[in-house]
Amino acid sequence: MITILELIYVFFKIGLFGFGGGYAMLSLIQFEVVDHFQWLTVQEFSDIIAISQMTPGPISINTATYVGYSVFGFMGALTATLSLCLPSIILLFLVIRYLMQNKENHYVKSILQALRPVLAGLILAAALLLMNKENFCDFGLGEYNISLVIFAVSFVALYFFKVNPILLLVVSGVIGLIAL
Amino acid sequence: MVPLFELFYIFLQIGAFTLGGGYAMLSMVEMSIVTKKQYIEKEEFWDLIALIQTLPGVFAVNTALYVGYKLRGVKGAISAALGAILPSFVIILLIALFFTEFKDNETIENIFKGIRPCVVALILVPSCKIIVNQKMSWKILWIPIAIALGIWLLKISPVIIIIAVIVGALACEWYSFNKIKKQ
Repeated sequence: MITILELIYVFFKIGLFGFGGGYAMLSLIQFEVVDHFQWLTVQEFSDIIAISQMTPGPISINTATYVGYSVFGFMGALTATLSLCLPSIILLFLVIRYLMQNKENHYVKSILQALRPVLAGLILAAALLLMNKENFCDFGLGEYNISLVIFAVSFVALYFFKVNPILLLVVSGVIGLIAL
Repeated sequence: MVPLFELFYIFLQIGAFTLGGGYAMLSMVEMSIVTKKQYIEKEEFWDLIALIQTLPGVFAVNTALYVGYKLRGVKGAISAALGAILPSFVIILLIALFFTEFKDNETIENIFKGIRPCVVALILVPSCKIIVNQKMSWKILWIPIAIALGIWLLKISPVIIIIAVIVGALACEWYSFNKIKKQ
């Protein structure tokens, strides 16, 4: 019973404070789900992000469904996903009442302006939180650490050459399969 | 008037076939709601999207809720949102069912060992891009770096940071707004 209430609380909070889309929400999810409640290990969380990249749908919904399922089965999946969307539904009615009449609300504008550099920090935090021993296991070939090579090559390929992320994930998976 | 089932179906397709996050989805929504069926004027649609982008929560779900509400009220909002959520819910549920069984399989584990460092790169790239694209000067650049380090090393909750920033922004705005009013 406590777990279900915790699920509702955590995903409601993520839905309410998750500004700036999927990547910016990752550090919120990780902070609650991996660090605080330890429903998932860092590896499992990384795996979900990889799966989310390869399947359609928002990362936050995918994580909510997966976490809910692994904690409390089907009902958990349903509860977590709905809790994530509940703040949006509540906000819809507030926004229709107050914001749609005066679109250029200066308070909203100031919040957004202040949040912009914060969102960059949140995404950076998500990347740093994932950079740990569990995700960079030493499965070296001789002196080389393959994990670091995969990381560096993926970064360059994505940043400078705009290679399709799904292709990168598939190639990395194949390398993992062959190198071990 | 749009039938509720059509709203559900449009967002179901969007939920089922768009890879690569919220923004890839937008052109698909525009295509089926603005260009083909002309349920909403183009300008009105993009005004709505600009508003939605300022809101917290899942972008795809918010888009479904507002477009659905605009076209068919509360029932429309619920139908569209269910359509947007259902595909990822079902897909992840199936994966969770099978993945928990295969998780300890050595082959699967090796594949994911290769994938994990790639995932880290996938998340590091957008944060670098935001910093570069917004041409942040050193006067601002310390903010994202300090926040990232605070969350990573000091374990400060991101939610606390967001609340603090919102309260701070509101206080500043309120203060300067009242100052202008007095003058």
